[in-house]
Amino acid sequence: MFTIASIAVMIALALAVTRAILGPTVFDRVLAANTIGTLAILLLAVIGFLMGRPEWLDIALVYGLLNLIGTLAVLKYFRHGDLAHDAEQDTKS
Amino acid sequence: MELYINMALLTMLAAVTVAIIVQRDLFSVVILSGIYSFLMASVLIVLDAVDVAMTEASVGAGISTVVLIGTLYLTGQKRELNYHRSIAVPLFVSLGTGAMLIWGTWGLPAFGIQDAPVHTHIAPTFLLESIPETGVPNVVTTVLADYRSFDTFGETTVIFTAGLGVMLLLGGSRRKKKKGETKS
Repeated sequence: MFTIASIAVMIALALAVTRAILGPTVFDRVLAANTIGTLAILLLAVIGFLMGRPEWLDIALVYGLLNLIGTLAVLKYFRHGDLAHDAEQDTKS
Repeated sequence: MELYINMALLTMLAAVTVAIIVQRDLFSVVILSGIYSFLMASVLIVLDAVDVAMTEASVGAGISTVVLIGTLYLTGQKRELNYHRSIAVPLFVSLGTGAMLIWGTWGLPAFGIQDAPVHTHIAPTFLLESIPETGVPNVVTTVLADYRSFDTFGETTVIFTAGLGVMLLLGGSRRKKKKGETKS
């Protein structure tokens, strides 16, 4: 069962990598990068069960947090053109 | 099964590397290098090196992406400059380095062999005596945080100093910009 799940995750990973390489706009690549991060978490969990190491689920949580930070940084750069943008400036002005 | 997963992941890694070389838009290169790091972390997971994989994911995909985007913002350079130079010297250097590395692997013991020097030197001592001496069930944690704790402390200091430098660089420009805004 875990074998089939890992094959499915690998196919999804291949599709996402294809979109990241071909993707005409940057947003395609950002979305593909986020998807690849999520699929890496899934692969980590599935391989953990496949190899009899279900403790790896804890590490999958750390991966999820990292993925969120990377995507947030990219999107903040797009929204404001600046990483150190102060949100309070928007509300004041 | 793990062999096939590794083969598929390494094929995707090669494809992403070629895409990074071909790509001219620097922002896309940053995104693709983040994808590269996540795929590399998956390869390391399949190789049963979860701690190295976590470092690769946090440094390569997490921090590097943020720092590179910060660099793109500070330099304002969205595309690679179009200048031509000879590829002969870089090609020679990379081919020579690759050939030397492949030549170096011939001297390594066979993959997974039990009599390799790394398994006979001090590893049995750690495996046998770490639990009676320290009481920590995870041997890797014992080595990192007990036997080599000063080494780990030094590494942490280096990483802290590097992070401090980056924060000073990025935060310094922000303060200057604020002063300029109040003047105008």
